[in-house]
Amino acid sequence: MEIREKIIEKTLLLVALSSIMILGLITFFIFKEGLPLIWKIGPGAFILGARWVPSQGSFGILPMIFSSFWVTVGSLILGIPLGLACAIFLCEWTPPSVGMVLRPAIQLLAAIPSVIYGFWGLIVLVPLVRNYLGGPGLSILSGSTILGFMILPTIISISEDSLNALPPSYKQGALALGATYWQTIWRVLIPAARSGIVTSIILGMGRAIGETMAMIMILGNAVKMPTSFLDSARTLTTNIGIEMGYASGDHRQALFATGVVLFLIIMFLNSLAIFLSRRRAR
Amino acid sequence: MPFRTRYLTQGIAKVLIWIAALSTIAVMILILFQILGQGLPVLHLRFFLDSPKEMGREGGIFPTIIGTLALTAVAIFFATPLGVGTALFLREYTKEGQTRSIIRFGTDCLAGVPSIIFGLFGFVFFVIYLNMGWSILSGGLTLAAMILPTIISTAEEAIKAIPYSYREVSYSLGGTKWQTLTHAVLPNALPGIFTGIILSVGRSIGETAAVILTAGSSLVMPTSLFSPIRTMSVHFYILAREGISMEMAYGTGAALILLVLLINTVANGLLNRYIRRRT
Repeated sequence: MEIREKIIEKTLLLVALSSIMILGLITFFIFKEGLPLIWKIGPGAFILGARWVPSQGSFGILPMIFSSFWVTVGSLILGIPLGLACAIFLCEWTPPSVGMVLRPAIQLLAAIPSVIYGFWGLIVLVPLVRNYLGGPGLSILSGSTILGFMILPTIISISEDSLNALPPSYKQGALALGATYWQTIWRVLIPAARSGIVTSIILGMGRAIGETMAMIMILGNAVKMPTSFLDSARTLTTNIGIEMGYASGDHRQALFATGVVLFLIIMFLNSLAIFLSRRRAR
Repeated sequence: MPFRTRYLTQGIAKVLIWIAALSTIAVMILILFQILGQGLPVLHLRFFLDSPKEMGREGGIFPTIIGTLALTAVAIFFATPLGVGTALFLREYTKEGQTRSIIRFGTDCLAGVPSIIFGLFGFVFFVIYLNMGWSILSGGLTLAAMILPTIISTAEEAIKAIPYSYREVSYSLGGTKWQTLTHAVLPNALPGIFTGIILSVGRSIGETAAVILTAGSSLVMPTSLFSPIRTMSVHFYILAREGISMEMAYGTGAALILLVLLINTVANGLLNRYIRRRT
């Protein structure tokens, strides 16, 4: 009996290590495929190079890094205020009737496949941008607007959890001192839930940087330095998504190398979010 | 701040927050309205049961439905034991400490890895290195890695919610730890675990980037686990992006949305019943 229990415990430990092993395998294989090319052309030339012409062997991903950056910033400009407002609405101001619609709506926002967002952006948003603001319509502006909505569920759910986790005495104390309801929320509750809200924003950022399919459909995929929000762009993820289908040799390795850069950015954001939420838990 | 201004600020804030909440709902409704409005008229029984003709310009989406089901089944088959096992270990076999914090780091990080990275990984590891080719198995295993964090976290919540007294009763009857877990804890945590599985099914159905790189995009009816397939999401993507047929794209999109709606409703229903029974 004793031995059997021991065996079970060890087996479960092995099973529990599966996710860290998968993470290790992912890291190993992405780096194994991508690093040789980075060494071959030099990390500086790869990351700071502005020309991406696989047929001529020039692989510079600076335009993609910039595009990813601006698309993500754009999505946060929309996603943070909207997400925070919805979180406040849900835990402080919800009339039950509206909450009953908003909550499933947010769940559905999280469940809708990203290709559907991409398609909707292409059909509805892109023509709007093209007709009213000019440019090709397939642009950073359209992409970040869609992304802003795609990251909403992440921002809302984690911010809401951290607002709900505050001791009720915070709110009671502030109200008892004569603060208005809004002052309580803005000056007491939000600062107190700060680290959770920041975590939610970091995770939302990770989601925005990592989104692929919707962005392939909306951004227009031109390889160039973006100069305005109405420019077409190609991000790190879409670069991989578009060309992976037919790439071979150095070209394929360059796509994996793009993956290495993306993976490092994501792991940095993940670690930051994990560090923040562990500090909060303590 | 004077009395007046304070309430004015509060009023403005309240209006803005209402606008934010309502516009979120509005966007949701706009998306549903657009896709379902254009897509529902395409959905006839034949659309679901016919094979696509001329790259998907005519006919139906039957092979892609089979592909989606097969891929999802493989993913769930591999991810569920791993996920539930991990949750059991984290909840019942460890205290706060090194091991636990490493495992948690692994699951938290995995949850944040973008699907295109899973796609790249699945492509070199399953498709090329393990020589499985573009196939249901490669795609399913890649998806399994993707949904693992969801299954772990929901299973953990479910196990956490089982009152300690259940375990005490089992121990007092002379049950071993494993008997306690399999007879007292897991059966009661089943609805919660099931909710996690259903949510993962939803995610698998909607996934495109990782699937296109690991399971391929062949429209041929699959015959074994090693056949390449095209899922509904991939089919939708190809129809829309290559401009093959807007009508068929809307139809496939509407079918996807209906499926996701159904899955969410079932998951919510289960969760609500579960919460009601627990409290």
